Amino acid sequence: MTFSSPNFSTTSLHRKPGLLRNRANAAMTAVAATFATIAVLPLIFVIAYVLIKGITVLSPSIFFELPPPPGLDGGGIGNALIGTLVVTLISCVFAVPVGVGGGIYLAEFSQGNKFAEFVRFGTNVLAGVPSIIAGVFIYGLVVSTRVLFGNSYSAVAGGLALAVLMLPTIIKTTDEGLKLVPQELRWGALGVGASTFVTTMKVVLPAAVAPIATGVVLAIARSAGETAPLIFTALFSPFWPEGIFKPLATMSVLIFNFAIMPYEAQITLAWAASFVLVVMILGMNIFARWISGFAQR
Amino acid sequence: MSFTTHITDVPNDQVAITCDNVTISYGSFEAVKSVFLEVPRGKVTAFIGPSGCGKSTVLRCFNRMNDLIPSFSLKGRIIYEGQDLYEPKVDPVEVRRRIGMVFQRPNPFPKSIYENIAFGARINGYTGDMDELVERSLRRAAVWDECKDKLQESGYSLSGGQQQRLCIARTIATQPDVILMDEPCSALDPISTLKVEETMHELKKEFTIVIVTHNMQQAVRVSDMTAFYNAVAVEGGSGKVGYLVEFDETANIFNNPKQQSTQEYVSGRFG
Repeated sequence: MTFSSPNFSTTSLHRKPGLLRNRANAAMTAVAATFATIAVLPLIFVIAYVLIKGITVLSPSIFFELPPPPGLDGGGIGNALIGTLVVTLISCVFAVPVGVGGGIYLAEFSQGNKFAEFVRFGTNVLAGVPSIIAGVFIYGLVVSTRVLFGNSYSAVAGGLALAVLMLPTIIKTTDEGLKLVPQELRWGALGVGASTFVTTMKVVLPAAVAPIATGVVLAIARSAGETAPLIFTALFSPFWPEGIFKPLATMSVLIFNFAIMPYEAQITLAWAASFVLVVMILGMNIFARWISGFAQR
Repeated sequence: MSFTTHITDVPNDQVAITCDNVTISYGSFEAVKSVFLEVPRGKVTAFIGPSGCGKSTVLRCFNRMNDLIPSFSLKGRIIYEGQDLYEPKVDPVEVRRRIGMVFQRPNPFPKSIYENIAFGARINGYTGDMDELVERSLRRAAVWDECKDKLQESGYSLSGGQQQRLCIARTIATQPDVILMDEPCSALDPISTLKVEETMHELKKEFTIVIVTHNMQQAVRVSDMTAFYNAVAVEGGSGKVGYLVEFDETANIFNNPKQQSTQEYVSGRFG
């Protein structure tokens, strides 16, 4: 039995780079790769520039000394370093319980009601609010009214402003993290007679610790570098922090203030602070990736 | 097709759970219609039927697991020990402590084997010797030998069949009255299945067991009573509605069914 088929024997199956489709393919790949490179270039340049400029002025003493008065040399960013840690810690105290609690409500208790939809929508909107608006909001609410025991500018006000910025990230990652917990796990706990509360606290939440912790760390990393909300809440101080109800220096505001000063010493410190801040935030992002690695195991 | 049913009555003093004209809906869609059923105490009752006939849906109503689905609603009454489970005053948590459940896929908690057993007992207020309870529960679920040396390891370190028996042990550790099993062997290999079935034979001495299964041989092997559910397309409806076709002793269902569709299903002609 014979088949009469088109004669393919003369046509090779080898790839011919000269064909239009192959040339178009190569061209398009090149274009896409170029754009991808351009997209990461700013990141690389910014980090490289800050590292080069900052690392040359880095010395152990700048971590322990106050900034010098204008016109003098030397000094350090010790007060701003502590200030950033303090303000971040305060913002966590406000944002983590509220954010994680809100996320738990959305994922476990709301059953997708109208209120939950509203909260989810509101969270998304809040995530897009410019950070300076959060600053103005806290300024109006806390600073200008002096509700915090008669104090105006304070570390607590700064922490509150940052907390507003952290909330959406924490709520969203908690919500998403809890949704990833298999439904069977909840059934199992309910099936042995656990209440919804016990199920959530003892079974579901421990299973979602890694994504929640990742979200918290990312939120901290984002807020630690914020300047705008701190300028008119925590303000600035050339001295060591005097308490959480007093104004204090933070790294980002120090950079903002010093970088535009006409004194060499201050500009040097601004670069050093930029370097330290970038390394801190980079480290926090890597830490977050490391935590979320646990979830995949 | 008509809703002809054949129900064998169970003597009143031996009834554990009664379905009295139960109709279950999700939103406006009726999943199961007009179920009358009496689950006997201290026996194994099997629910069989093609997919989508509502056998799991009925089972999950027995310990109010369907409460977790927002659109769920139930008409009729499910009576356990003289109490209507769906009365507004009934606390589903209390119901689930009396009527435990084993699920289709093994779902151990991400905790140690020991904690998996102790969790349920502890929240149920068990104050006795926990070590002893853990060992006893694991022994009765026929998984003690495999995990006695690694009680502090994660429940996930066990194989699928062992995990499922761990889940059974977890359920019996809370000392329920009734154990519901929703296709407990569908994710297991034949040897694990056999072990779970042996466990069931042991357990029915103390517990009332209701099991949903797709495996008819399994129903023959483990059950005393069998309920056959079927699904029919309803006029004007969007989907199929499930209903109870026949409820009788297992031997009668498989050898001498009263309904034509039961005959066809158990002889493998559809489903």
